[in-house]
Amino acid sequence: MHNPPLSKSEIRGKVHKNLAHDSALKQTMGAAHYIDDLPEAKDLLHLYAAQSSEAHAKITKMDVGKVRTAPGVVAVYTAADVPGINDASPVAGDDPVFAEDLVEYVGQILFLVAAESVDAARSAAKLATVEYEPLPALITVDDAMKADSFVMPSRTLLRGDPDTAIEKAAHQISGRMEIGGQDHFYLESHVALATPREDGDVHVYSSTQHPTEVQHNVAKFLDVPDHSVTVEVRRMGGGFGGKETQGAWFAAMAALVASTTGRPAKMRLDRDDDMVMTGKRHDFVVDYKAGFDNEGRLAGVEYIFASRCGRSADLSAAINDRTIFHADNAYFMENIRVISHRCKTHTVSNTAFRGFGGPQGMVAAERLMDMIAHKVGKDPLDVRKINLYGKTDRNVTPYHMTVEDNIAPDLIAELEKSADYQKRRADIIAFNETSPYLKKGLSLTPVKFGISFTTTFLNQAGALVHVYTDGSVMLNHGGTEMGQGLFIKVAQVVAEEFQIDVERVKITSTTTDKVPNTSATAASSGSDMNGKAAQAACQKIKERLIKFAMSHYDVAREQINFKPNRVEVGEHTFSFAEFVKEAYWNRVSLSATGFYKTPKIHYDAENYSGRPFYYFAYGAAVSEAIVDTLTGESKITRVDILHDAGKSLNPAIDLGQVEGGYIQGMGWLTTEELVFDDRGNLRTHAPSTYKIPTCSDRPGIFNMSLYQAGENVEDSIHKSKAVGEPPFMLAISAFNAIADAISSTADYKLYPELDAPATPENILKAISGMTAGG
Amino acid sequence: MRDTIRFVRNGKIEEIQNVDPTHTLLNYLRYDLGDTGSKEGCAEGDCGACTIMLGELVEGEMIYSAVNACIQFLPMIDGKEVVTVENISKSPADPHPVQTAMASANATQCGFCTPGFVMSLVAEWHGENRADKAGINDVLAGNLCRCTGYGTIIDAAQDAANDKAPDLINAREENTKSLLAKLATDEMLSLHFGARRYYAPTTESELEALLAEYPNATLLAGATDVGLWVTKQHRELEVVIYLGRIESLQEIGSSDDSITIGAGVTYSDAHYFLEEFDSDLGELIRRIASTQIRNSGTIGGNIANGSPIGDMPPALIALGATLVLGSSDGERALPLEAFFIEYGKQDRKPGEYVKRIIIPTKVTGQEFRTYKISKRFDQDISAVCAAFNVIIDDGEVVNARICFGGMAGTPLRASAAEDCLRGQPWTAEIVQDAMGEMLNDYTPMSDMRASEDYRMQVAQNLLMKFFVETTAPDAPTRIVGEGGIAHA
Repeated sequence: MHNPPLSKSEIRGKVHKNLAHDSALKQTMGAAHYIDDLPEAKDLLHLYAAQSSEAHAKITKMDVGKVRTAPGVVAVYTAADVPGINDASPVAGDDPVFAEDLVEYVGQILFLVAAESVDAARSAAKLATVEYEPLPALITVDDAMKADSFVMPSRTLLRGDPDTAIEKAAHQISGRMEIGGQDHFYLESHVALATPREDGDVHVYSSTQHPTEVQHNVAKFLDVPDHSVTVEVRRMGGGFGGKETQGAWFAAMAALVASTTGRPAKMRLDRDDDMVMTGKRHDFVVDYKAGFDNEGRLAGVEYIFASRCGRSADLSAAINDRTIFHADNAYFMENIRVISHRCKTHTVSNTAFRGFGGPQGMVAAERLMDMIAHKVGKDPLDVRKINLYGKTDRNVTPYHMTVEDNIAPDLIAELEKSADYQKRRADIIAFNETSPYLKKGLSLTPVKFGISFTTTFLNQAGALVHVYTDGSVMLNHGGTEMGQGLFIKVAQVVAEEFQIDVERVKITSTTTDKVPNTSATAASSGSDMNGKAAQAACQKIKERLIKFAMSHYDVAREQINFKPNRVEVGEHTFSFAEFVKEAYWNRVSLSATGFYKTPKIHYDAENYSGRPFYYFAYGAAVSEAIVDTLTGESKITRVDILHDAGKSLNPAIDLGQVEGGYIQGMGWLTTEELVFDDRGNLRTHAPSTYKIPTCSDRPGIFNMSLYQAGENVEDSIHKSKAVGEPPFMLAISAFNAIADAISSTADYKLYPELDAPATPENILKAISGMTAGG
Repeated sequence: MRDTIRFVRNGKIEEIQNVDPTHTLLNYLRYDLGDTGSKEGCAEGDCGACTIMLGELVEGEMIYSAVNACIQFLPMIDGKEVVTVENISKSPADPHPVQTAMASANATQCGFCTPGFVMSLVAEWHGENRADKAGINDVLAGNLCRCTGYGTIIDAAQDAANDKAPDLINAREENTKSLLAKLATDEMLSLHFGARRYYAPTTESELEALLAEYPNATLLAGATDVGLWVTKQHRELEVVIYLGRIESLQEIGSSDDSITIGAGVTYSDAHYFLEEFDSDLGELIRRIASTQIRNSGTIGGNIANGSPIGDMPPALIALGATLVLGSSDGERALPLEAFFIEYGKQDRKPGEYVKRIIIPTKVTGQEFRTYKISKRFDQDISAVCAAFNVIIDDGEVVNARICFGGMAGTPLRASAAEDCLRGQPWTAEIVQDAMGEMLNDYTPMSDMRASEDYRMQVAQNLLMKFFVETTAPDAPTRIVGEGGIAHA
């Protein structure tokens, strides 16, 4: 790009200003490159992984002799060919890349074919002889619960005396709810491209949110030092958590082929393989009960959560912990027991997905609120309000963290008004009285989402900043770009720090040889942590520049001011470029690393006690639904959202996260249904059968704004708040609006037993339950 | 006979020889040419990341259609213009108005779906150029975005629709037209690639001769189904006969008592015609699939593939349509319902092809409705598709034709329910009886789209819905979509 004219009054790309995604125009032109778009080397090998057809079986025979000799095949790999450790797991060491003598889900990798084309590799793979001795397969949560099958021990959080509190309360409710899983359906499926380098080293392009973990897994797999493996990613075509751990397998296999054949190797999953072979959001079954007074104020709560973790641990410990942490949502639950079962099933290992277990806990909390409201005959919003955390009392979470930044009551009050909740509630009741077949529903639900990795050590980030002698800047950090706009936000932080136009900051791909030992871009922490790390690097360089200027020009610190694209030093004004060139000539280092660790957090994982979160992000949404009671079809017709992004780094980017999060959450709770058959085959493994929202599913009226009073009380990057995950859970209002519409079929006397997702079938079933139950 | 695929791109004629005729257009673009702007998101025509535009010269005018490159076989572009995201602007400094609008509306996040959205919008920009939300929703129903939630894309679409300066495509249009005119030929394209054969006859007699020689050839129309045999099932097709060059199969006509639709008529072309015939039928066709699929898929293909969940047959059977098959022995007509023998088996003899469908026009007292039940309103496959056609005279049911898809191994009429209604007063009580009779008509299956219980319950309820709509038209029964579309 040619140098644009420098701005004088205010830099382009200041923090808190709207700025388009850094790749926006390139993306519209098809010129933003994803890994499969990179030019293919002439000697590139294409990889295909043969998969288990059984959910649970011993492999009694696996003969790949005919595969090896098939046309176009260059090499075939099985577990016996792994030089290092046959594992690509994030934590537990329990995710073999190649099955050894046991398969534990349909789609588990048996062996790998490297060939001159994908078609050749795929055709050859069919020539293998694989024989199994079937073993009993546990597919569902219920199967696993009956068999006491868990990937890790069950956990319990207990505060107070919930049993007595529930029993002695004026009213009780109880129930059971199934909450379905969700496929990430990032548009770019998993892909890795490995190139051999000197000394047995390997460079891997991996579509991953966690290059460091991929690097470490590849090194371990190849039995080489970490320094021999470089992992790079410029951008992903979507991640949503699905590329936090699960890309490591494909990177490891591509690296193995590259290092053994000396040829570059690419592994790209097609959509069906991606959906079958990689994990999803955990589906849950939750049994709940609660006791409360005549006003609907909670006395005691008990939840028993059971989730389908699949065959291995992956991140299920932290995911299910987050379910526990968010089973309160925004409500004070003085006496509470949360039991969390982490079920081992013979299905693909489930993994991170936007919200990371939190959404399922919050769905359960919001189910409680609505059921309580029906029991005491109040508007659900009133029940929600009296159960919210207080600002000075009733403000300690079940895990003993004091809520210090509670803006939920104010935010909800503002939304109630702007969304015209009360009038619309009355209108909807009136409509339902005169409409026998179509029913409308309304629901306001809040979000309070804890920000930080609950695994404390992960809350660290690094950055690398170079200033060149023309005043242009290279920015690198450990965060990855998956569309969320992280790169532009961090570039804004750098531009702000140096007071240079944002085009002067070069955004570069994430790569493990620039910033090492990074955490995944996950837990919504990307801009919080990498922004701070990049800021720290800039400040180091700035400090050197200031010290240089103080001595070189003999001025006081206060006389040095970084103004838009220029630096004032006493009487003199230099362009930023002139200034740094002068510093260079005087042998000042213009490159620095930056490091950040989130302060204040501490947490005793054994006792669920401490401060796992630096702060909370808040939001609330009012959704309106219409339901066809003859068919169970539904539509969300309007949503009003007020979301807290603190003092937003980039409102345009943040609103994109809010809207995208809501729609993705709405998909999870309405049209997106994962169906496994009895033998553990995923029957919904492509968009023809798995239905994410399309354009017309977006509510026709979509009002959304950022909470203008929002400002992080903590010292976050420019007082902003994380925004990746929290808006996802605004969509719980969509689900509860549908339930509200169903409830009208029994004159709001009963609350429907609606399971998620609210497909036409689940809705019609819930409606039938209302009339059958009387 | 010709053995060279010839098409226009970027103002030049391109030629391809010695290529696998089942090689997809997307793979050709991405891996043979290195034009990687078009993406593969699903390889089944469902996500739209591969959307490109095909231009055709029709009566001296350029007609542009968005299609899914991932399931188009390469020879299908013969004689057409191919426009990809790389071909709509000269440089990043001079983007297409759609590209400018998308970038400045913050309509990109991860960006992987973006080129597909751009191409769908560019095709619309050169077509109807609708700026209303209902129109845009329909234009984009076949483009999935997992990041944005679509609002910014809708904004961009509206901005672009209002920014109609001539673009690069307009600038080279005269040249494109003259090049396409040069490519126009009645000579059949005939490709041999190893044992694989591909023929694109231009007349029905050529087709009949080919079918006589290859009675079990795969007949290819829009490739919205056959394409997936290759990209999803990885099947090896031996002889493929492409029907898209035979103009006589693409005719639509009407007389006082019937409408005739050629088997090769695309959903898009049929849509406007059938929408006038019946608004429900129009909405059904709209909901059958995305714009890209409707631009490719044909009415005949939806019948010929024999799917139990094809959406056209229930409505056409309920309407009493007649199917005409052709072969070198001449024509054969049969009631459409007789074509579907059992799951996977149709009354199409080797050497025969689906030629046209004839729909009788409506009569006085006729009430017709069709309903599609699926998890998502747009671009989804039905769990149940229903069509009701009842003739009522003086409150009495003179005749009833009820047909469902998704309830059996074929599209199947509800004979017992029809019998129950025929000759009876059109009342809620009789309708309840007929709903009960449907238990004798169907034993639906459970699959990933719906359970047998739901299928039965919703099928019965749809009959009630039909009754309500014909007797109490003021009661709201349709979840009205954007812009007042009453979802069929």
